[in-house]
Amino acid sequence: MTLLRARGLSLRFKTIRALDDVAVDLWPGEVLAIVGESGSGKTTLLNVLSGRIAPDAGTVWYTDPEGEEHDVHAMPAPALRTLHRSDWGFVHQDPRQNLRMNVSAGGNVGERLMARGARHYGNIRAEAIDWLTQVEIDANRVDDLPRTFSGGMLQRLQIARTLVTHPRLVFMDEPTGGLDVSVQARLLDLIRTLVARLGIAAVLVTHDIAVARLLAHRIAVMQRGRVVETGLTDQVLDDPQHAYTQLLVSSVLQA
Amino acid sequence: MTEGYNFAYLDEQTKRMIRRALLKAVAIPGHQVPFGSREMPLPYGWGTGGIQVTASILGSADVLKVIDQGADDTTNAVSIRRFFAKTAGVATTTHTADATVIQTRHRIPEKTLRDDQIIVYQVPQPEPLFRLESSRVETRRMHGLADYGLMHVKLYEDVARFGQISISYDYPVLVNQRYLMSPSPIPAFDNPKMDRMPALQLFGAGREKRIYAIPPWTEVRSLDFDDHPFRAINAPEPCGLCGATDSYLDEVITDDHGGRLFVCSDTDHCAERRSAGHIGKDGFAEAAE
Amino acid sequence: MTTMLRTEGLAKTFTLHLRGGMQLPVLSGIDLTVSASECVVLSGPSGAGKSTLMRSLYGNYRAEAGKIWVRHHGETIDIAAAEPRIVLAVRRETLGYVSQFLRVVPRVSTLDIVADELITRGVPQDEARERAGALLLRLNIPRRLHAIPPATFSGGEQQRVNLARGFIAAHPILLLDEPTASLDADNRAVVIAMVNEAKARGTAIVAICHDAEVRDAIADRLFPLSPTREAA
Repeated sequence: MTLLRARGLSLRFKTIRALDDVAVDLWPGEVLAIVGESGSGKTTLLNVLSGRIAPDAGTVWYTDPEGEEHDVHAMPAPALRTLHRSDWGFVHQDPRQNLRMNVSAGGNVGERLMARGARHYGNIRAEAIDWLTQVEIDANRVDDLPRTFSGGMLQRLQIARTLVTHPRLVFMDEPTGGLDVSVQARLLDLIRTLVARLGIAAVLVTHDIAVARLLAHRIAVMQRGRVVETGLTDQVLDDPQHAYTQLLVSSVLQA
Repeated sequence: MTEGYNFAYLDEQTKRMIRRALLKAVAIPGHQVPFGSREMPLPYGWGTGGIQVTASILGSADVLKVIDQGADDTTNAVSIRRFFAKTAGVATTTHTADATVIQTRHRIPEKTLRDDQIIVYQVPQPEPLFRLESSRVETRRMHGLADYGLMHVKLYEDVARFGQISISYDYPVLVNQRYLMSPSPIPAFDNPKMDRMPALQLFGAGREKRIYAIPPWTEVRSLDFDDHPFRAINAPEPCGLCGATDSYLDEVITDDHGGRLFVCSDTDHCAERRSAGHIGKDGFAEAAE
Repeated sequence: MTTMLRTEGLAKTFTLHLRGGMQLPVLSGIDLTVSASECVVLSGPSGAGKSTLMRSLYGNYRAEAGKIWVRHHGETIDIAAAEPRIVLAVRRETLGYVSQFLRVVPRVSTLDIVADELITRGVPQDEARERAGALLLRLNIPRRLHAIPPATFSGGEQQRVNLARGFIAAHPILLLDEPTASLDADNRAVVIAMVNEAKARGTAIVAICHDAEVRDAIADRLFPLSPTREAA
């Protein structure tokens, strides 16, 4: 049973076809990378899949833990919000978009727990500290404001805040974008381990093929709003069939 | 009696509009209902919301009590009481037990109210999330979706920073397990009185143009943590005049040598205790009037 | 003997769109059968398609035509047509691959790279790390290197880490691409022993091996390939 299923997604911004008849399937515990260059429509696809933007045509179905299918864009707003705060997570490229910058690290991580009904301060704090440790943030920083954190730490804090409710599905938009290379490596390693250990399914948008190779089981290559090729990550990257995929793969510099 | 005024000052259409808003408010406990606040013969910030609510529910047989920070005898309380005496001709009283409608600014009387009484609160700022979120559009959405993470986080931060929740008045409450509500700037000490109160509680904010309500016997829970439960805090002394240990006290500076006196904020309560013979350490027997 | 791996009419042609759609046929009509406890060595000159065949068997290259039957948990699955998650399941539990080059994940220690293969199969962490350490020692990777990521290792050391990772999970089918290419005589002997132990366990092995000595020691059969031509 697929976790997320989309068919016939189309979306135009004035004259630009941001999405052109896109289909996506995602199974539980699977990481799907959506790669493409600027303007390929990959971020738009992510936003449509997560219910943040409505498509002009097409449907996105989500299967909940009870096995029931829901049309994501037909769900009432409160239901979609609850979904985003429990079963789903969204990791933004800019962690500041998903963090309260004037609330301590512990408060940021604990918020989703409290939104779910957690009422014991000690337990909330302990779980927040546990998650900070899991994302390799020193537990002593639990009461510090995110203003004092580096870019990499902010991103890890965002990840902790997102994963604290054990979502089954996480959407990630260029999670390592804009970070220094060494910081990226650490973050990728963290994402890789957490996703594997927690059995999280993920849709990961990235322009960096190396990130896709490292993190994803499957990959979808987008060009001008269409998915031109999709399949097993190492197969698509090592034996690209479509002309655009071949161009993309051959353009990557080897260190 | 009432020369040149409609009963209780407001015209009947306005009263009907306000009563409709009140019905909506009672039907959705804790939810803020917008209403068309009228120009009243006193400026915003002086209780126009409370006055409009009182004016809309008053009947000729009602007995009205008005208190301001617990006292019947401050300027504002006296003025508002006189206003209704003049425009509605209703009987007024300072005794909580005798009143059918009690308009209050920033306190709940010590005496437990009955199910045949109505208490009307004057509210300056009806939005409990006011200081945390400046966008009204955003706070409306949060109430609509019961998304109160911002408030939970504030309480968490308080405990993390101060070891306890630092709110001493206008302490946020959750009404009927659904809406986050500002109880108006009553001291946190008064919050427990709101929980399952037998009387009907109505709240009017004139400047902000909002009305809300808590029907009788409704659950009102002050937000807290299981391991940092809500505590009603009071001054650590009994009332100097009547010796009461369980009423909310005002601190009065008596001289410029640091002398101070703690007295019941609720003047009716204190007077009642004194005439029943309770004398505090700073008190004296009531002189015959 | 149980057939573990069998191809039927396997064909592979590369289309180079960046070269104006130039076509490179490499494999055509390959029918290969490998049984349990058998080691088949692909032979033929460079460019004959040995690596291409190996990668196709693993699902790393997409087959143009034909079938690749793999015995997975008692069932026979055609991985040329299978969904990606099925291929991943087959790779996890049945089909192992030791490539020529070690593609490293940054920051992960040598020990963890090898131990992870067991941990993802449910082996408890302590036991996994112990077994990983033992295998690395057997392949002459000293303990002081176990905590270091292998990016800075020599070619031979990297190859041995690769071998440890490939052998430790005891897949029923193993694909070995030049397993001894960068190794000295001692380590070649270790690898030969490991291959024979695997065969004794019932493992079916397909290997590419230029070293004649090693080839003679492990091969039960040769499968010759010739450039852009059918197999003999």
